[in-house]
Amino acid sequence: MSRRISPVIPGFGLTLGYTLVYLSLIVLIPLAAMFVNAAQLSLEQLWAIVTAPRVLAALKLSFGTALYAAVLNGVIGTLLAWVLVRYSFPGRRIIDAMIDLPFALPTAVAGIALTALYAPAGLVGQFATDLGFKIAYTPLGITLALTFVTLPFVVRTVQPVLADIPREVEEAAACLGARPWQVFRHILAPALLPAWLTGFALAFARGVGEYGSVIFIAGNMPMKTEILPLLIMVKLDQYDYTGATAIGVLMLVVSFILLLLINLLQRRIETP
Amino acid sequence: MSTRRYALAAIAAALFAGSAVAKDYELLNVSYDPTRELYQEYNAEFASYWKQQHPDDSVKVQQSHGGSGKQGRSVIDGLRADVVTLALAGDIDEIANLGKLLPTDWQKRLPDASTPYTSTIVFLVRKGNPKGIKDWGDLVKEGVSVITPNPKTSGGARWNFLAAYAYGLKANNGDEAKAKAYVKDLFQHVPVLDTGARGSTITFVNNGQGDVLLAWENEAHLALKEDGGADKFDIVVPSLSILAEPPVAVVDKNAEKKGTTAIATAYLEHLYSPAGQEIAAKNFYRPRNADIAKKYEATFPKLNLVTIDKDFGGWKTAQPKFFNDGGVFDQIYQAQ
Repeated sequence: MSRRISPVIPGFGLTLGYTLVYLSLIVLIPLAAMFVNAAQLSLEQLWAIVTAPRVLAALKLSFGTALYAAVLNGVIGTLLAWVLVRYSFPGRRIIDAMIDLPFALPTAVAGIALTALYAPAGLVGQFATDLGFKIAYTPLGITLALTFVTLPFVVRTVQPVLADIPREVEEAAACLGARPWQVFRHILAPALLPAWLTGFALAFARGVGEYGSVIFIAGNMPMKTEILPLLIMVKLDQYDYTGATAIGVLMLVVSFILLLLINLLQRRIETP
Repeated sequence: MSTRRYALAAIAAALFAGSAVAKDYELLNVSYDPTRELYQEYNAEFASYWKQQHPDDSVKVQQSHGGSGKQGRSVIDGLRADVVTLALAGDIDEIANLGKLLPTDWQKRLPDASTPYTSTIVFLVRKGNPKGIKDWGDLVKEGVSVITPNPKTSGGARWNFLAAYAYGLKANNGDEAKAKAYVKDLFQHVPVLDTGARGSTITFVNNGQGDVLLAWENEAHLALKEDGGADKFDIVVPSLSILAEPPVAVVDKNAEKKGTTAIATAYLEHLYSPAGQEIAAKNFYRPRNADIAKKYEATFPKLNLVTIDKDFGGWKTAQPKFFNDGGVFDQIYQAQ
């Protein structure tokens, strides 16, 4: 009766030990080192650094653009996943494979290519210039770069869940008189939401820390288009290691709180 | 355990005894952004020069390029550079201060304050100079847009900034407040601040931004040399600029550990030889050697040059005053 089912991977102690060592080496120790380094500052000094007007402007910009990019990808990524799962058309597999390209491409290459296209004199940017606005060198350009870099997250988290929902479920709902939006609202959305939130959170977190692709398109104007990771680089270029870690800690804390909130939200959705 | 180590040492000794002098040298030259082409050519020259004197040795020089400050930091953090050839003395000072990898008086060890070649800051403008830019004063005219990298992250941009400031001082008879007002006005005309000199060149040349690029003289010439560049751009030499002195130094601690002190020193000293100076001049760096300078005088027009040591009290004074947090550059943007 109480015979335990032997697990596929043996040894709880072994696997847990491995997990802890692995996590420590790769994640915890570097992060702890950052906190230790930042601890050289007194609280007042730390506060002065993280509340400097330029840091606050960059904080707003980094988290704002990452949020916009994640929302944008939340919508377009879901649409992409839908198209890829529900329709079959020539070239589908190729498009499917292309979704992952933003991960494989060096981010600097993406940044330079996007800047060349969307600069005011660029292939696409010139139309924006005619209409009287700029894309590259504005927060819009930053959002664009982040959208590109974080595109795969929502698609790849939503896609398998969507594939697992049998078509019959939707048909049954329709037979029972549900209108298309009701099918979406009551059948599809609840099933997709947890996966969607995961993709959204991943895209958001990645966007906040992104440096390589943004730095070329941002314009890097202080107070206007300066992202937080750039401020860290600026501090490092002054050999101000503790100042740089202070901003790093700020980013980490804010990101952690936001991700925790998303996680809690997910919990509530999964266990009604 | 230790017997094994001795055995290994014995084998190693035997191997080296067989070729008492022949050595395989691998040098690492950690440099800043625009020197790629210069050192590619110079490394080949040095390898053949060394080979003439030490026929059994083989020399391979590897080069690493990036923003000057970033490169300095890599060396402090443990990149095993035998020599550093950076954009500012200030960055090598930090390697001496923070990394303690070479003595703090390193700059006295080689001639000309350890700067075998110099450069200056010039303007690169669109062909035919449609905005009629002749001097620093023209940069703050209505409708002129200026491209320069961010002085916080780029060594070259710091030279740009100081050259502009020097003009501001001169135009206003040494009035610091007015010089600050001038650079503030100038940076209102800057739409993009790239993190490095190459980034700014790409913004200006490839992405078509701005009317003027404040550039290293060598970068400006390189942009002209690139295919079709001479049909698209002109170089404008302002009335006054700054003598940019990118210094070189052996990183003592690293070279000692690798046993490369002698060859690393020779590597830097050879930069001062006629052959080295010629390569510098060919790559649009102003040579120190008077004969070579004469030969290339058409490339390097004479202009009024201020220097970091005489006019700004050296990097130790200029860096905190102008570029550290809260310095003159930050004040430009704080008021907004």
